[in-house]
Amino acid sequence: MSLINWIDERFPLTKVWKEHLAEYYAPKNFNFWYFFGSLAMLVLVNQILTGIWLTMNYKPDANLAFGSVEYIMRDVNWGWLIRYLHSTGASAFFIVIYLHMFRGLIYGSYRKPRELLWIIGVIIYLAMMATAFFGYLLPWGQMSYWGAQVIVNLFSAIPVIGEDLSIWIRGDYVISDATLNRFFAFHYLLPFILAALVFIHIVALHKVGSNNPDGIEIKKGPKGNKWDPNAPADGIPFHPYYSVKDIVGVAGFLIIFLAIVFFLPEMGGYFLEAPNFEPANPLKTPEHIAPVWYFTPFYAILRAVPSFAGTQVWGVIAMFASILVMFFLPWLDKSPVKSIRYKGMISKIMIALFVIDFIVLGYLGMQPATPGRTLAAQIGTIYYFVFFLAMPIYTKIEKTKPVPERVTK
Amino acid sequence: MSSQGVDLKKRRMLITATAGVGAVGAGFALVPFISYWQPSARAKALGAPEEADISKLEMGALLRVKWRGKVCWIVRRSEETLKNLKENTAHLADPDSEVPQQPPYCKNYHRSIKPEYLVAVGICTHLGCSPTYRPEIGPADLGADWEGGFFCPCHGSKFDLAARVYKGVPAPTNLVVPPHKYLSDTRILIGEDDEGGAA
Amino acid sequence: MKKLIAILSLALLPLTGFASGGGPELESAGIDLTDDAAMQRGAKYFVNYCQGCHTLKYFRYERMQDFGLTLDQIKENLIFDKSKKVGDLMTNNMSQTAAAEWFGAAPPDLTLTARLKHGGGDWIYTYLKSFYIDKSRPFGVNNVVFPNVGMPHVLMDLQGVQEAVIETDEHGNKHVAELKLVKPGKLSPEEYDQVAKDLATFLTHVAEPMKLERQRIGIWVMLFLFVFFIVAFMLKKEYWKDVH
Repeated sequence: MSLINWIDERFPLTKVWKEHLAEYYAPKNFNFWYFFGSLAMLVLVNQILTGIWLTMNYKPDANLAFGSVEYIMRDVNWGWLIRYLHSTGASAFFIVIYLHMFRGLIYGSYRKPRELLWIIGVIIYLAMMATAFFGYLLPWGQMSYWGAQVIVNLFSAIPVIGEDLSIWIRGDYVISDATLNRFFAFHYLLPFILAALVFIHIVALHKVGSNNPDGIEIKKGPKGNKWDPNAPADGIPFHPYYSVKDIVGVAGFLIIFLAIVFFLPEMGGYFLEAPNFEPANPLKTPEHIAPVWYFTPFYAILRAVPSFAGTQVWGVIAMFASILVMFFLPWLDKSPVKSIRYKGMISKIMIALFVIDFIVLGYLGMQPATPGRTLAAQIGTIYYFVFFLAMPIYTKIEKTKPVPERVTK
Repeated sequence: MSSQGVDLKKRRMLITATAGVGAVGAGFALVPFISYWQPSARAKALGAPEEADISKLEMGALLRVKWRGKVCWIVRRSEETLKNLKENTAHLADPDSEVPQQPPYCKNYHRSIKPEYLVAVGICTHLGCSPTYRPEIGPADLGADWEGGFFCPCHGSKFDLAARVYKGVPAPTNLVVPPHKYLSDTRILIGEDDEGGAA
Repeated sequence: MKKLIAILSLALLPLTGFASGGGPELESAGIDLTDDAAMQRGAKYFVNYCQGCHTLKYFRYERMQDFGLTLDQIKENLIFDKSKKVGDLMTNNMSQTAAAEWFGAAPPDLTLTARLKHGGGDWIYTYLKSFYIDKSRPFGVNNVVFPNVGMPHVLMDLQGVQEAVIETDEHGNKHVAELKLVKPGKLSPEEYDQVAKDLATFLTHVAEPMKLERQRIGIWVMLFLFVFFIVAFMLKKEYWKDVH
């Protein structure tokens, strides 16, 4: 104990432990959807750790990159496992984050006073997308190469500066060794920025306190529980209650995650795409280029918008807008209640349709475009924006249910 | 915190069980990350046993062979040299090769399988420089009592023609004799022997 | 909430089955990665018939120990270039630029073919069986699953000569309806199928040599995680007795 004292006089160890774990009172009614925050952190750690290990044998060189990945897969002890953990982890990260965001969406976790918490979250999501995009080029397979080629070319749609901008991003006239090198540099850097953003996200969370499935502010409710007479009556200490619960979540997650790693690492071509088993060839485009599944909803939006007035910039604008609109969510929702449990029928239908819309867009983004699919993607794109932009209207006019005083089971 | 109705013993047991199983899992999870640093299949293939042809090696000459990226010497020694190696040992730190710097079958005064041929890793046991081959007797710079051997230019360590270290020099042990075997009278395989030595 | 989950899982269903779509139908080779004898024969055919032009540049000879060969067997029977060691990669001595001149494109490395092609081993199996005479092609042959392929039919000696029966559909598009063996080779069709299957099995193994090991370890990992899950769940349950 004297060591703890020695540290406490120099660093607020006990204070941090108490404030953020042992005496951080979280609502007692967290459900299944509340596992994904801690799981996202677990996956981030997995990505950083396996990523650093991969770097020890990976060569960011256009002539060597593809071979170095196969070298890791075959010649390096356990290299295949480290690599599959990383490639599967990338998809798992997005699955977990999408579920985490969905949780925030249905329970109104973005509403006052958690607007900033939500905004930091969207920034994390953007940083993740950037990291994944840079990382996808590194294996230097056909899909890596042409995927990057297509996405970087989006920038050339920007009027006046577009062409020069895309050349600047690539450092060449096509995706090349120079591009690979800078993408590698950013792919290594961004995860640490992500980790810092996660830290800020948690600081903000602990400032305002966790929301819950009822969308009730437990801090405003009655005081006094069996651990502390001044703590919220509906709160329980994060540690040990949610720490032991999150361990169960981690175990459940690992069962699914490692089952994929050990038995389905390609996940039917979704997590590792077949054309990426052929080295990048600037002279031969694969028959069909699709981004990895987690980008396809936005890719579908990009393709859905036709070019007019002599430029295809509108699709690019729509794609970026579809992400940026998330920043405004806290102010678009005008409902008197936070949680979907007490919102009206319109909100419930809108959210259900939004989930289906997102999945359908994701599917369409993977498929080659046909007139029928393009039309479907256009309808999906319109709905995507209607969901957000009409929110101030439908959340206001609908009839909500009364919110109880205390959290429910 | 009120603890009425709480089975503390059960909780402690479950904490121990979870922590224990978790620690075992973490232990297994470490294995791939640690094993990852071991030489890869490529490194092992490049470090595979190396064959040397000694049919053209003249008496007193030295042949250099690269094995696992290190220089290996093969020296052909005369009867006279061997006699000197056997009898003249007072100036050596470990004349009987007690320190296991050689496979068991080379623990003899000539530190080799066939007395005529020495096979040794040409890396000084002090700080890893490669000593120079100085077969001449009594050269001006090494003194009149030099009977031929290896001299390390970095810090002045001296070894005789059986790669045994002199007393009072920085190098602590004799030079390493790698596992090796004769494929025929004129071909030596360095890096592998018939006793399952390091390959 | 429950309804939402039900809707979600329904919506995700179509994602679970991934049909590659397009291309001619593949025959199932029935590849069994535990069939050591098939892989040994496949390796023998590969070094004899394929390696002259195609490499396995990420695969080391010594890895054939995984399907039951000893280092001496590998050295004696499967390495023709005696300057090579068992630890070496299965490359060849063909110059890439010269090859590109002869064939129009350099023969691709085949290490990852089974992972690159939809259908994997079945694709290789069907491909090896689908050569037919086509005088318009530089090597006099074409292939149903790889139209206008740039290589000769190196196994024609074994398989014999096949001719295509061309059909024209209602849209006026021509396609190969059937392949007919017009001149038998050294092997019967059944024996040739076995050769194609052996090669496909070998190349499937080569594409992911650690596959069986991965699955074997995976089972232990799953068992361990179930135990961990149960213990963790009991711990959670015990603590949550406090929460009312």
